[in-house]
Amino acid sequence: MPRALWTHLVKDLRIEWRSLDAIVSMLFFSGLVVVLFSIAFDPRGAFSQQIAGGVLCVATMFASVSALNQAWAREIRHQVMDAQRMVPSPGAELFLAKAIANFLFVSIVQVLLAPFFFIFYNLRIAGDAWLLAVVLPLGTWALVGNGIFFAALSIRSRNRELLLSLILFPIFIPALLAMVQATTGILTGESDPTLWIKMLLGYDIIFTTVSLLLFDVVFHAE
Amino acid sequence: MTEPATEAARSPLCARLDQVSKLFGSFAALRQVSVDLEQGRCYVLIGENGAGKSTLLRILAGLLRPSHGNVRVFGNNEPHEARERIGYMSHAPMLYDELTAQENLRYFASLYPRRACLEPAEALRMVGLDPELTRTLGQYSQGMRQRTSLARVLLAVPELLLLDEPFSNMDVESARQMVELLAGFRQGNRTIIITTHQRELAAPIADWVLALRAGRVASFEHGSPTL
Repeated sequence: MPRALWTHLVKDLRIEWRSLDAIVSMLFFSGLVVVLFSIAFDPRGAFSQQIAGGVLCVATMFASVSALNQAWAREIRHQVMDAQRMVPSPGAELFLAKAIANFLFVSIVQVLLAPFFFIFYNLRIAGDAWLLAVVLPLGTWALVGNGIFFAALSIRSRNRELLLSLILFPIFIPALLAMVQATTGILTGESDPTLWIKMLLGYDIIFTTVSLLLFDVVFHAE
Repeated sequence: MTEPATEAARSPLCARLDQVSKLFGSFAALRQVSVDLEQGRCYVLIGENGAGKSTLLRILAGLLRPSHGNVRVFGNNEPHEARERIGYMSHAPMLYDELTAQENLRYFASLYPRRACLEPAEALRMVGLDPELTRTLGQYSQGMRQRTSLARVLLAVPELLLLDEPFSNMDVESARQMVELLAGFRQGNRTIIITTHQRELAAPIADWVLALRAGRVASFEHGSPTL
């Protein structure tokens, strides 16, 4: 792992460890979504299996956005980002470190949320359960990678929180569709999720590559 | 306006601004500024709020691009290409509140792989701070943050030091110590540019005093350095 990438990552993890800002806010928010959906739809039996994938993905999406909106907040405060723009290491490494850190935060929330999710929705997995360990990280990376990039893009906007949602959600739709279909396929065991997983993988490769290539331009813009 | 490098070419040029203007929408923060800055000198930029001092510093740092005109820093047409050799200290500390001073400095030192950086503890001692302090920066006073910020800038031993209001939030004694530190730094043929409202504090190291008014160079005069 490149040294600067590691340096940025350790810094982000250390700060989150001390504040727990992102993880606590995401956990609270996603927990609320899961509870509210379970009250609204009274999920039981087969119906529960059908909607659970969608609820999990939407809960992850909304919770992540609350963290992504704050992803660059510490860099904006006290103009730390200017100091980072002055160092000779590539901006792409800062982007990648930030994306990896937030990916870990969201994954932790998903792991903590999973037991409650299974209890509230009376779930049992009919398909290959291990495939969830492929689908969820791929979908989470699609959300977080794009989210970090577009959060950086909207930093200089006064309405950056609104702007992030407006840009991110439409772009995330293909990945969301693939994530929901794959998760539902795994939970119900009625369809093969392989095609959706491939689509997620392709989406991640394309968007991560584009973000890495363009991040320096966004980062050094006035 | 007097331009030192055209008067007598005593030292190699560190930076040259040629007819530089900077517009923010319809507001002109800088208007056709032409200045030659020599290596190993200390320049003090004075002027009222909004005179363009900070904008000039940010252009030299490569954080802003001029709307018109050319800037050359260490021979590069893009100051950003020379960023490794430039240290920039802004009004804000440019550090993380959640980390200690040592952690902040260690973080930034790791991002300069090709430069022989100072040890974080050494940089902190230079600015009069105790490196053993375990408090995070968020618990520091404004003056201590300012010193830590200066330590961050000195860390990579830059050849061009850009300091935006370094004496704000500092008591007179601390400011005097900072000036002495900067005087020592200048001895190594390093260039220092300071913006300040407290001209008298920077006077002991001011080789040149550049006054800006409404984005234009109002005067460019010899200082009377005593250090």
